[in-house]
Amino acid sequence: MSEIVLARDDGEEMTLSMGPQHPSTHGVIRFILKTDGEIMREAEPDVGYLHRAIESIAEKCTYEGFMPYTDRVDYVCAMTANHAWAAAVEKLAGLEVPPRAHYLRIISDELNRISSHCIALGAMAMDLGAVTPFPYALREREYVNDLLEELCGARLTYNYHRIGGVGWDMTEAWRDKVLAFLDHFEPVIDEFDRLITFNEIFVKRLAKLAVIGADEAIAFGLVGPNLRAAGVSYDLRADRPYALYGKVLPAIGWSTPVGQGLMGEVGDAWDRFWLRVQEWRWSVRIVREALGQIQQTTRGEFWIKPKRLRPKGDAFSRIETARGQMDCYVVGDGTPQAYRARFRTGSFNAMGIIRSKSRGLMVADLVALIASLDVVAPEIDR
Amino acid sequence: MADREAPDAPEVVPPSFEVQAGAWLEETLGPGTVLRVQPAVAKDGPREPSLEVLPARIADVLRFLRDDPRTRLGFLANLSAVDWPARSAIELVYHLSSYATGHELTVRAQVPRLEPSLPSVVGLFPVADWLEREQYDLLGVVFQGHPELRRLLMPDDWQGFPLRKDYVEGKFYRGMPTSRPSPMDLLLHYDREHRSPAAPPPPGAPPDEKGPGA
Repeated sequence: MSEIVLARDDGEEMTLSMGPQHPSTHGVIRFILKTDGEIMREAEPDVGYLHRAIESIAEKCTYEGFMPYTDRVDYVCAMTANHAWAAAVEKLAGLEVPPRAHYLRIISDELNRISSHCIALGAMAMDLGAVTPFPYALREREYVNDLLEELCGARLTYNYHRIGGVGWDMTEAWRDKVLAFLDHFEPVIDEFDRLITFNEIFVKRLAKLAVIGADEAIAFGLVGPNLRAAGVSYDLRADRPYALYGKVLPAIGWSTPVGQGLMGEVGDAWDRFWLRVQEWRWSVRIVREALGQIQQTTRGEFWIKPKRLRPKGDAFSRIETARGQMDCYVVGDGTPQAYRARFRTGSFNAMGIIRSKSRGLMVADLVALIASLDVVAPEIDR
Repeated sequence: MADREAPDAPEVVPPSFEVQAGAWLEETLGPGTVLRVQPAVAKDGPREPSLEVLPARIADVLRFLRDDPRTRLGFLANLSAVDWPARSAIELVYHLSSYATGHELTVRAQVPRLEPSLPSVVGLFPVADWLEREQYDLLGVVFQGHPELRRLLMPDDWQGFPLRKDYVEGKFYRGMPTSRPSPMDLLLHYDREHRSPAAPPPPGAPPDEKGPGA
């Protein structure tokens, strides 16, 4: 890697198309690679293959009726997309949400974050050639899917949050099952660390790879785990608490995990992997605490149905999803439909940095870069 | 106008951030840059605290808000364009926030609908590259100075801007129909062709062994 010629016009440059159907692009994305042998001069993302015009659909159905579509904004972590829409419309219409619904939202969000990181970490290891961790991670994800199915009837596209609350209450039996899962899952994280996170080959493969520093991360708008891995301590749950995170996080002694550069530099691909493992640990604690605090709320008060939802004005909500800050901007004009709805997602911003970070990487490392940013295709295109 | 003079007036309540930011902008970039200040509390309910600025000065405004030590809004969180045919305008909404100071601010700029164009802010925020391309793609806003302003999500040869309120989708795209008959119509058609006009069995009845139409 000593001499990388990025612009040389001697006919040696190869233009390759990676995707749209490529196993390591995590969905339907295409990259146009310009390579000099194994070394990349540039990888240009070509997106839009999963564009389903969700923002346009939002203008055509009612505020409540749009909720199932938000599942499809990010089908790996649908609960938080539900939450973003619900929070934006509630802010727009000035609606109140009962505390029990806030706790149920926190519990469902965090369980979904655990399952989403299972995909992110398992798939990242698999993309790099370590196949074993993937089924381990997916096994845990199945438990979460079972739990969420019992809560709301769906395994992936939950449609659980409602404008003004959530769709169903939890049962005591479900609470016990979640607690049992958490007790089972915590040792699994340590096992996962032994299996892959601190595996010597894996560490050597990822350390000092595709380093993204704090200034660069902010300028390119990286959010969530990618931003925190770059050393910026910012988590919406702690820094701008929504729902009842403001009550839950202090109770567990929260400190935002940030990239430490344990194996190389702060903000390298390994840091991004390691950070998501830390988020698993915190999510477990958050769910456990929320399951404790929810016992003080009144059973059955989980949804205040809005009477006549015809808000006017505009509102902006931010939710910390598994892929970082998701922004939902909604404009109402006094009709039952939104006048304009906009989702700005974590994967969208993460894709924007790939072109500049890909210069000089090996082709095989591009896969590591994409996977370490935890890009999910439907979230880019919407 | 009264809002903007608030910082100098001996107020008991300190002016809110958007009012202060508006005053700082006027001070630095000259009067007339800020067209309207929308405080967080309006008569008819809560609003997004925001500033409306001259579209031609948007890059200067965002540069000031990014670099001034009092604001340091270094993260362009979102860029949305909203089509308002009734006002004959397209409104650009920039959501900014700061990791350093914790402030948040919404900046708006209205451009005429017939000629929607304003300076690009890619030079200030690299994240704006894709944000501006998407708004160009879906609403046709031209960002002057953008290094490669082309469609992001839609195909390059797509006609029209889909999120404009008067957008009508073409019937065909490269010879492919863009709509299809409703599945319900197809089902009714199938029933007419293949089933007897007899009433369907009541729900819960055992399945008809002889098959339909027998």
